Amino acid sequence: MCRTVDLRQAVLARNDDDARRLRAELAARGTAVVNLLSSPGSGKTALLEAELVLARDRAVPVAALTADLATDNDALRLARSGAPVKQVLTDGLCHLETAMLRGHLDGWLAPGTRLLFVENVGNLVCPASYDLGESLRVVLASVTEGEDKPLKYPTAFGLANLVLVTKADLAAPAGFDEAAFRSNVARVNPGVEVLLTSARTGQGVGTLLERALAVLDGEPVHRPVMATAPRATGHEHPHPAADRT
Amino acid sequence: MHEMSIAAAIVEQVERAAREHGVDTVAAVRVQIGELAGVVPAALDFCFELACAETLLAGAVLQSETVPARARCTPCGAEWDVGMPPELGCPDCAGSRTELLTGRELQILAVEWGGRPVDARADQGG
Repeated sequence: MCRTVDLRQAVLARNDDDARRLRAELAARGTAVVNLLSSPGSGKTALLEAELVLARDRAVPVAALTADLATDNDALRLARSGAPVKQVLTDGLCHLETAMLRGHLDGWLAPGTRLLFVENVGNLVCPASYDLGESLRVVLASVTEGEDKPLKYPTAFGLANLVLVTKADLAAPAGFDEAAFRSNVARVNPGVEVLLTSARTGQGVGTLLERALAVLDGEPVHRPVMATAPRATGHEHPHPAADRT
Repeated sequence: MHEMSIAAAIVEQVERAAREHGVDTVAAVRVQIGELAGVVPAALDFCFELACAETLLAGAVLQSETVPARARCTPCGAEWDVGMPPELGCPDCAGSRTELLTGRELQILAVEWGGRPVDARADQGG
């Protein structure tokens, strides 16, 4: 008898299924998830705080989940905006998975919330592999991190729907070469939009909110080349038109 | 290091398949890992052994097959190995309308059962 069986199962099938379901459920409630990825210290929280304040001023109902291995420091910072904010502690895990989010949303996410920002664990490696049911994946890099970051972490930058440069006010003292950064992003993710922001000076603040609201309103989102490849062969159609794989 | 989570997902899926096939030991698991899957095969190998402990997969071998990443330019039809770091813009016409053909695979290809065949198969999975 044959002792080997063909499985042909995507390893992350369960998370991918959970993510698809969550995206559909939230879409039916008029909510879109924005997944924010960056290395630690790139300024995710500062930019997000500025965006939440802007959302409050414009009366856009938003909420935020922020993930860290320990402490609720970021949730306390973000909560100053007045938006509903929840800290997700991963107990040492380096990334978020959709199932971890779901437990936090039930009974917390208010009806009518238009955008749910998810500040992922600061890490450009592991979170890249996990779809969280987002409609917009944003990868951030600060001007102090070096222009070659997109080449060092190609999967993270390669799967971004939008790339934000943070701490743009420090570009000159840090000697940030914007052209080189853009060219490195284009190499791993041709056609993705790259925008400069500074939470300190307000440069570019509001763009994230506007792009996310546009996606919620049905504007087409940039589809990265890297997302066109199938994760598994045999089950999935290699080029799904509607959903990111 | 999310390879531990990946290893745990593999073990969970293989255990389910084993139960469906009425099998109680697993000799080997063959996986395919694309160059751009964001998974380090050596780290996965290390984690797999840990994740298998005290499960049906205890002692099972992980056989990883790496899939090179290749892309194609939609307008000009050029195909190339994207390399690392990957070049996903077309090297021939510099176009950005390209697609990745392979390289994001992260899947369990096949499982080799261990031990003796079990007569009473509870195969519900088809």
